[in-house]
Amino acid sequence: MIRARGAPIAGAFHVQRWTRLSIASAVVSVAVIVVLAIVPFLFGSDVTQQLTVLLTFVILAVMWNALAGYGGLISVGQQAFIGLGAYGTIFLTQHGFTPYLAMIVAGIGAGAVAIPVSFIMLRLRGGQFAIGMWVVAEVFGILVSLDQSLGGGTGVSLVGLNTYAPGYRQAYTFWLTLACATVLLGLVFFLLRRRIGTSLQAVRDDEEAAASLGVNVGRSKRVLFIVAAVGCGIAGSLYLANTLFIQTDSVFGVQWTAYMLFMVLVGGLGTFEGPILGAVIFYLIQAQFGNSGAWYFVGLGAVAIAFALFLPNGIWGAIDRRLRLRLLPVGYTLRSRETAAPAEPAATTDEG
Amino acid sequence: MIWVNAIVQGILLGGFYALLACGLSLMFGVMRIINLAHGDIAVVGAYLVWLLATQLNISPFLAALLVIPGMWVVGYALYVLLLERSRRAGLLVPLLTTFGLAIVIENVLLQIFSPDVHSLLSSTGTLATASVQIGSGLSISALGTLIFATAVVVLTALQLFLSRTNAGRQMRATAEDPDAAELIGINARAVYAKATAIAVATAALGGVFLAIRSTFDPSTGPTQLIFAFEAVVIGGFGSAWGTLLGGIVLGVAQVIGEQVNPQYAVLFGHIVFLLVLASPRGGILARRGREQ
Amino acid sequence: MSLLEVRAVDAQYGLLKAVRGVTLSIDEGETRALIGANGAGKTTLLRTIAGAHRPAAGSIVFDGKDITGVPAHRRVALGIALVPEGRRLFPGLTVEENLSIAGAHKRGGGWTVERVLDAFPMLRARRTQRAATLSGGEQQATAIGRALMCNPRLLLLDEVSLGLAPVAVASVYDSLKTLITGGTTVVIVEQDLGRALGVATRVTCMLHGQVVLEGAAKDLTREQVTAAYFGTQRASGVGTS
Repeated sequence: MIRARGAPIAGAFHVQRWTRLSIASAVVSVAVIVVLAIVPFLFGSDVTQQLTVLLTFVILAVMWNALAGYGGLISVGQQAFIGLGAYGTIFLTQHGFTPYLAMIVAGIGAGAVAIPVSFIMLRLRGGQFAIGMWVVAEVFGILVSLDQSLGGGTGVSLVGLNTYAPGYRQAYTFWLTLACATVLLGLVFFLLRRRIGTSLQAVRDDEEAAASLGVNVGRSKRVLFIVAAVGCGIAGSLYLANTLFIQTDSVFGVQWTAYMLFMVLVGGLGTFEGPILGAVIFYLIQAQFGNSGAWYFVGLGAVAIAFALFLPNGIWGAIDRRLRLRLLPVGYTLRSRETAAPAEPAATTDEG
Repeated sequence: MIWVNAIVQGILLGGFYALLACGLSLMFGVMRIINLAHGDIAVVGAYLVWLLATQLNISPFLAALLVIPGMWVVGYALYVLLLERSRRAGLLVPLLTTFGLAIVIENVLLQIFSPDVHSLLSSTGTLATASVQIGSGLSISALGTLIFATAVVVLTALQLFLSRTNAGRQMRATAEDPDAAELIGINARAVYAKATAIAVATAALGGVFLAIRSTFDPSTGPTQLIFAFEAVVIGGFGSAWGTLLGGIVLGVAQVIGEQVNPQYAVLFGHIVFLLVLASPRGGILARRGREQ
Repeated sequence: MSLLEVRAVDAQYGLLKAVRGVTLSIDEGETRALIGANGAGKTTLLRTIAGAHRPAAGSIVFDGKDITGVPAHRRVALGIALVPEGRRLFPGLTVEENLSIAGAHKRGGGWTVERVLDAFPMLRARRTQRAATLSGGEQQATAIGRALMCNPRLLLLDEVSLGLAPVAVASVYDSLKTLITGGTTVVIVEQDLGRALGVATRVTCMLHGQVVLEGAAKDLTREQVTAAYFGTQRASGVGTS
């Protein structure tokens, strides 16, 4: 019933991942990382601190997008792992860890906690998973607030870091953030490029069909869930290192989900580059309007709704569709051998 | 006796949760949408009743009679303006848009009404304090009984609507197969809008009782959503009676937790919810929730 | 004047074109058999006529009115009913509920639950049973009854004998004959050529989404139909459109 027009399909196309553009952008990515790394030498500590905040947003957005955009898992409870990372850091420093080591261990610890949680939560789909995760975050928040040694509900300070002079501390925190962002984004990038990425997209598009084709749905989702927990955990500990004080209400608060949802929807759900762009946009908006109180949040919510309805692949998706720009390809592009022109949109796996 | 009292209070509280939950359950059953703004909509109902009752100096129950039909219309509009488009855009989109809506509602309320805590308890007259004392440790409050009875009436009405009326049967048919329903002349969109209207109106009724039995502020909504959702899950995504049972189990767990330590009330409810999900039955529930 | 006119309709699923430039017209009171191999586009064409599938091009005119943009549920009110492939009953509803909700759009025409039960006596004992518990033949009878409850002027039947025991097929077709003689316009999609040719007044044959043969049932030879069915040779002559 469908017949390919022109040449038969076999042999006419070849699968391409790295385009000249994407190789160039990989080089640029490395350059950006190098430039960022020398920022503390060039600018004051306030710039360093602001960039730390921005990179933390980038980590959060990429993690939430990995779950939602590739795993089809909308979580309203990633603050569970943000909180665990932050409070885990406090706990470990209280038990003899140096702060920077504690931050990494706490992030990985959040991933370890995610393993048992995944066995309950990944049974759920859609809205049930969304609210189920919210309950998990609430439970962790309550449990932490019941522990007086962690400050109860009133908050606790990270004490270990004040042994460093403020300038050095901010620089160290920034470098750690940059390193974590690089490693985590690299991890997500390679996960999505490997078989797991393709299988996850198949799962997102049609879970039953993917399962019937032998895609191990459960395992792929679990890996992603754990990676996202580690990422959010580390983001939580980095947030702590930047603010030095946390409260259960704010660090386990659902506003984190609002931020992540906004960044991902505006930047581009289901694209690799989109959430990074979304984090930058969100950072700028927050710097501009963050003090305008309730209207600021009304705006965030309204913009998120508008993007979900009218521009579901976000700004990056729109750019991508017009320019066919794929800087960091996690999918495949099917190209005709004869013309080397992009094939029909439906043939690329990272569309949609 | 203290435990008997706790269980009785928990059952009465469960009626309240079932009232909050039935709309959430209906929307999920009919169109697979979980409305993440459900709790905030209940709080909107609470604010509207509070506003009318204090501005016009009328009984909150009279105010509720005005607010609930209004919220019915709001629910219909909510479907037509937001959910219809969301539903068609993909499985996950309604979650994104209703979460966005929740943020918008909470902050609009915050902007208009400030973060101050309100309650309608004082304006309900003797109802607030009336209770029947049975023995030494057991007292049954008139308000709790009223809420529970209302919940039973609403759930019964909902069940009868779905099983006995043509509109209700059409709703069940649309839930099972919207495509086939269209082919026998049922306007699936109108059915979905009607289900949303019912859900929003019952949520508002829940909100009225929330305002009467305790306090509320602009950030009260998410907690109500979570409790309602827990009641639905514990009740097994099934009938109205399942939801009532789920609400009761949640209510009893919370009151028992409160007996142990006031800080444990909410935690105990969450733990029961997670235990239900973790149990072998949880797998069945999750699958049922998926298919329904 | 014809009751239904399909004009140059294209219908597709994504990039897959299932119906290509189909034009046909069906007169009031006619029984049309629509035949063709699997994937010829018959089901898609029926769904497009019923409004369950939006055509990519072309128009559909019913009783002189262009209904191309009219949603499925309003086409039912106009008098088009489809018995979908695979029956698509509401499994959780009883037989009676399945029937009665379809009667909601009163169009005048007199089909009631009682009359459907008279037409399909095997359903009488199953009246309060959930549709999921019925046998294949009973399900098919319920599906046809459900469509009749809409009091259609045009009844579209998609693969009513699929998956049924021969006895059940015979009884479904017996009931259909009563309908057809009652004057309802019927379009029937059927894999079983013998059955199709037995009830139809005219036959349309589809291949690869296009109409390749059309004619009065009595004028067509079995060879012509078979040839068109398999596309072994382009059928020519008899009323090819």
